[in-house]
Amino acid sequence: MSVLPKQAVKAPSPPPARPAPPGHYLEVKNLSVHYGETQALFEVSFGTEKNTVLALIGPSGCGKSTLIKAVNRILELTPGARIDGDVLIEDESIFGQKVDLISLRQRVGMVFQRPNPFPKSIYDNVAYGLRIHGVKDRSTVDDVVEWALKHSALWDEVKDRLRTSALELSGGQQQRLCIARALAVQPDVLLMDEPCSALDPIATGKIEELIMSLKQDYTILVVTHNMQQAARVSDHTALMWLGKLIEHNRTEEVFTNPKEKITEDYITGRSG
Amino acid sequence: MTDEARQSIETARRKVTGKTKAPLWAVLFESLVRGITGAVILVLFFLMGTILVRGGGQITPEFLLQAPRDGMTAGGIFPAIMGTFFVVLFMIVMALPLGVFGAVYMVEYSKGGIMSRIIRAAVNNLAGVPSIVFGLFGLGFFVLFVGRNLDHHIYGVPRTAEEVQAVQAEMAPLQAEAREEAINLADERGITDPAELDAFVEAYVEEQTPPVPRTVFGQGAMFWAAATLAILVLPFIIVATEEALRAVPPSTREAAYGLGATRWQVISTVVLPQAKPGILTGAILAVARGAGELAPILFVGVTFFTPGLPLTEPVNFGLFSVPVVNPFEEFMHLNYHIYTMATQHHDPIGTRGIQFGTTLVLVALTFVMNLMAIVLRRRYSKKS
Ligand SMILES: Nc1ncnc2c1ncn2[C@@H]1O[C@H](COP(=O)(O)OP(=O)(O)OP(=O)(O)O)[C@@H](O)[C@H]1O
Ligand SMILES: [Mg+2]
Repeated sequence: MSVLPKQAVKAPSPPPARPAPPGHYLEVKNLSVHYGETQALFEVSFGTEKNTVLALIGPSGCGKSTLIKAVNRILELTPGARIDGDVLIEDESIFGQKVDLISLRQRVGMVFQRPNPFPKSIYDNVAYGLRIHGVKDRSTVDDVVEWALKHSALWDEVKDRLRTSALELSGGQQQRLCIARALAVQPDVLLMDEPCSALDPIATGKIEELIMSLKQDYTILVVTHNMQQAARVSDHTALMWLGKLIEHNRTEEVFTNPKEKITEDYITGRSG
Repeated sequence: MTDEARQSIETARRKVTGKTKAPLWAVLFESLVRGITGAVILVLFFLMGTILVRGGGQITPEFLLQAPRDGMTAGGIFPAIMGTFFVVLFMIVMALPLGVFGAVYMVEYSKGGIMSRIIRAAVNNLAGVPSIVFGLFGLGFFVLFVGRNLDHHIYGVPRTAEEVQAVQAEMAPLQAEAREEAINLADERGITDPAELDAFVEAYVEEQTPPVPRTVFGQGAMFWAAATLAILVLPFIIVATEEALRAVPPSTREAAYGLGATRWQVISTVVLPQAKPGILTGAILAVARGAGELAPILFVGVTFFTPGLPLTEPVNFGLFSVPVVNPFEEFMHLNYHIYTMATQHHDPIGTRGIQFGTTLVLVALTFVMNLMAIVLRRRYSKKS
């Protein structure tokens, strides 16, 4: 893993090293999830390409969080959760025998729906991912922390108090801190579960800009309840309904020319 | 809301507020509770007051810093204070890591597995065992089994009658040989007086034959007492740690796992630091409990009198060399001191002062430790 910010490394974008793989960059195949007896996801299948943003929309409880938690296998920590089906990244199953959970989660970062900072300092929160992966060099860590906090639109508010507890931040600041913490690990895929749910319009705007700029380096799945946001930031949009994937298409298509009645009702606010 | 519902809520409300007089049973019950509470507080005040008033006068620098003298009728209780301190220190050093590891294993590794169920059953049963049984266990297991076997395998101390015989059989020819030599030597030197001859022969044999092995571990000692107390407080530490670990929210763990942390990293960098105040509270309460117990250590190393704290030969630390506490010796203890002064001393009335003074020291020690636990818990609950 490169420890330097990707931005810094990728100044002149190099030609693609290898030809694009035959399948989708990230592919979900017949994914079903049970929580004990109740089924939360029903045979969900879709694919998404490298350096694109996919927005997941749908009413509360339809399984959006469940779906993205399956993609970095964090769902396995929930007692009673059972996963069937497959998720492939670059044609390799994340559930394969040889897959190392640690490097998978390093590669597939996640911002959770509810902000969950560690009860440590702001600095230590952002540096956590680097430290557990063995990066000790002080100035590298400093650089990455600053880079991550700037990109999550938090730097100006916290630069003078990096050593104070993260729990003293407001809810919205905590959310941006969690984004910074995920960015600092330099993942390839970024899963964001309602990253703007606790943010004011200004911070939301900054995060949306961030999502659009991160696209050059990351593949992003973002859950949102905000239709305008989905329309603004995403290349593709997927609508989920009661654990099923109803429609998945280019964002303009979904919003201007939905194929399904449910989609049309949902995005126009007539249901959900 | 329908008018009917509104109506019935209104009547119910009036019924409650309209009643100004409590029923007789409520009045009786309330006075009973007040009375009992008052009685309990009164007893506590009386107890603490007596100890403070009668023990307070005893507390002088001499009392705190000197050993007992003049047949335990004067002097201080320094060896007992230090003995109590060190036995509890050794206890917590043994029990804390063991208890924390046990709880971490139960909560983080073997969730509801067979091992965690075995540990839980053991913890529940251990907590209900009378403390004198721990004392018997300490004597039987640590002193007689572990200690004697260590002595046997390291120093060759015999454990059974057969082994005693074997050692004697081995020594006999050597002793006979030395005795013969001694007699010849005495002849040469012209020692003829029978008493003188006997003494010479004894000394020579003693010098020439290998020494009879001495017990080192197979006797009551501070270390075994600490180990016995450690087992006694282990359930408290395990339960406190378990609670503290379970109080760490799953979302925090998910955050760490989500960044690619290994299970051990999650435990050591996120879960344990967050559970630390709870674990410490448990540890301090365990220390207070351990300091207050006498029965478990009664057969395992406490003694009536030592002139000071048992110390080893000076140990070289590079820069300086000082003697350290020798945990394989018998030791004095505040609880045992109170007990012996009150029941075994030839003048229990004359030493009342010492008894009260010792009690006050013990109560103060326990009080300070409980206070520390309370302060820690305060800080803990304020943070989260
Ligand atoms: N830990 C769990 N145990 C049991 N059922 C769960 C659990 N987590 C989620 N569920 C159920 O799974 C379904 C999908 O939940 P999920 O959290 O994925 O919804 P969501 O689309 O993210 O909703 P929201 O928009 O409100 O966050 C719901 O019916 C929920 O009740
Ligand atoms: Mg959700």
